[in-house]
Amino acid sequence: MKTAILDQILQDQEAKTPVALATELATGDQALIYYDSAKGDLANKPGILEAARRAIQDDKTGTVTIDNGEVFFQTFNPPLRMLIVGAVHIAQPLSRMASVVGYDVTVVDPRQSFASPERFPGIALNHEWPDDGLRELDIDRRTAIVTLTHDPKLDDPALGVAIRSEAFYIGALGSRGTHAGRVERLKGEGFTETEISRINGPVGLNIGAISPAEIAVSILGEVTDWLHAKEKKAAA
Amino acid sequence: MATGDVNQGSQDDDVLNEAANWLKEGKQVALATVVSSWGSSPRPPGSQLAVSEDSTFVGSVSGGCIEGAVVTEALEVMKSGNPKILEYGVTNELAWEVGLACGGQVKVFVEALQE
Repeated sequence: MKTAILDQILQDQEAKTPVALATELATGDQALIYYDSAKGDLANKPGILEAARRAIQDDKTGTVTIDNGEVFFQTFNPPLRMLIVGAVHIAQPLSRMASVVGYDVTVVDPRQSFASPERFPGIALNHEWPDDGLRELDIDRRTAIVTLTHDPKLDDPALGVAIRSEAFYIGALGSRGTHAGRVERLKGEGFTETEISRINGPVGLNIGAISPAEIAVSILGEVTDWLHAKEKKAAA
Repeated sequence: MATGDVNQGSQDDDVLNEAANWLKEGKQVALATVVSSWGSSPRPPGSQLAVSEDSTFVGSVSGGCIEGAVVTEALEVMKSGNPKILEYGVTNELAWEVGLACGGQVKVFVEALQE
């Protein structure tokens, strides 16, 4: 690999530009491929652009055979994102753990004393009302959303935006009773059962979590389950 | 286009950053990348290991079974400048052969970073 290619990949990651690295395994020749351009020794190989674009689109990394030769595609998509609504105690360990797992985390809470840089060092903060905050953050299918305030006036508007978005995971903190009440309120606001059923509530895997950090583990476990559920089903 | 095995993109950002840091320090660096895996191999395609000329490494291409062997090969690739494909399977015929205890198989592409 040329050092220029490595530097370019790191720059693209910093700029959150999706890129695929194509490597012809027999020769080691490489190219960097974007949606609308390509550069490197391999850039002119027939079939390479289409295959790379498909890899970027599907976020797939793997080897494909082109003209009897193996080409390895490695996609470098912008990181997964986790949007946490409610800068509460659980959000502190959850934002840190999710960062370690590779999520780009943003904590949304209009209460500035909750969502403060002192409580969330190094984490992006958004002080809009949760529905506006989530809309600003351009939710896509690589985004997980977790609501933690269990205050209807903050969580409900956020969930209304979340369940009509492409987010791959939506979870809401609160007991079974709290969740049943939430489901009724959302129905009353005209959301469909299919939309509402996308909410994981009570949030997290049932692992007997008690402390805020343990609850964060259970939430992150459930998010991971959803992220890879598709793969697991395909393998079964 | 025939499809090979694919996997949900799995990135080791820190590995590439560390490789870039070593280059800045003037060290030689090689990169090992899992390009395909079968069976119960623990690391999916795209998993990477960076090796510096002093044998320091970061990242992984297996659960720790073949990293030692891959580092040795990476040092060779650094010297020769020619990329190489390594394949590892289950340890069976030869007790001293480096293999994967998990019963998986893995194919690793090793390349030197060069100007």
